[in-house]
Amino acid sequence: MKFAVVVFPGSNCDHDCYHVLSEVLGVDTVYLWHKEQDVGEIDCIILPGGFSYGDYLRAGAIARFSPVMQAVRDFACKGGLVVGICNGFQILTESGLLPGVLLPNRGGRFICQDVYLRVENTDTPFTSLFSPGEVVKIPIAHQQGNYYASSGAMEKINNENRVLFRYCGPEGETGVRTNPNGSMDDVAGIISEKRNVLGLMPHPERASEGMLGSVDGKRVFQSVAKWLEEQKHGNK
Amino acid sequence: MKFLGHVTVTLKRGVFDPQGVTVKNALHNLSFSETEAVRTGKYFEVVMESANPAEAEKRLNEMCDRLLVNPVIECYRCHVEPAEEMESAT
Repeated sequence: MKFAVVVFPGSNCDHDCYHVLSEVLGVDTVYLWHKEQDVGEIDCIILPGGFSYGDYLRAGAIARFSPVMQAVRDFACKGGLVVGICNGFQILTESGLLPGVLLPNRGGRFICQDVYLRVENTDTPFTSLFSPGEVVKIPIAHQQGNYYASSGAMEKINNENRVLFRYCGPEGETGVRTNPNGSMDDVAGIISEKRNVLGLMPHPERASEGMLGSVDGKRVFQSVAKWLEEQKHGNK
Repeated sequence: MKFLGHVTVTLKRGVFDPQGVTVKNALHNLSFSETEAVRTGKYFEVVMESANPAEAEKRLNEMCDRLLVNPVIECYRCHVEPAEEMESAT
């Protein structure tokens, strides 16, 4: 099993992701430079957070055309697992690998804080180690995390149970008060139609070690590792 | 022939524009009480080489559709003009 963390100019969570995967989980992990045209023998690709290409034009808009993204697109089309975190989520929506767009936060400010998330669907490669409806604590750090999709697109996402994480309060309650950025339907993370591409604004790699306050995020990566292991042994 | 393309990108109606609201509030604070709404946007100037105005306009629209504009939330208007005047001015 091998993970790859893509490095764009301006990525700044690439080392955190690499650390969690290689040191905390102990899985084989490599960096993938944005000029690579071939992803090689990889089982899961992480698009990390940061400010790829300075967030010029729109967050993720330039990264979308980097050589590696064509390879990531091919990889995803073949069913490969892709996780876009924060700026990675923005890149996935700009690339059309996920529907919708991340608008500037409703309050207009950069928000860096722990948030509660309700796990909505655990029947996916990314959330199998959570329990349905479980409330977890993972930090966010973004200026543009206000998820928006056309009403038709949002309805389809909800009907297909593709929202994996919603912003909520400590008891799992949702609403204006617990929604930090104005995201439509409290969306914090969604998956693609084929269920192999995840985009989320919270940073699971910043909640993967006890000394950092929460280990809830670690289970996202562990779920992926478990799913890949099961695939290998043909259990699914 | 050289052309100068002008592109104005704005958020679609119905998409919330926090910057616009903040600017509107600031205008109110400055006693521009007649301000009812402010929408912010982006403006691009693209200097381009093209065979004729129609071709330049077609290419400029393609640039908008592929990169400059995200059609999920944004709309745009654009036009081209011969760029000779700008060159002599500089």
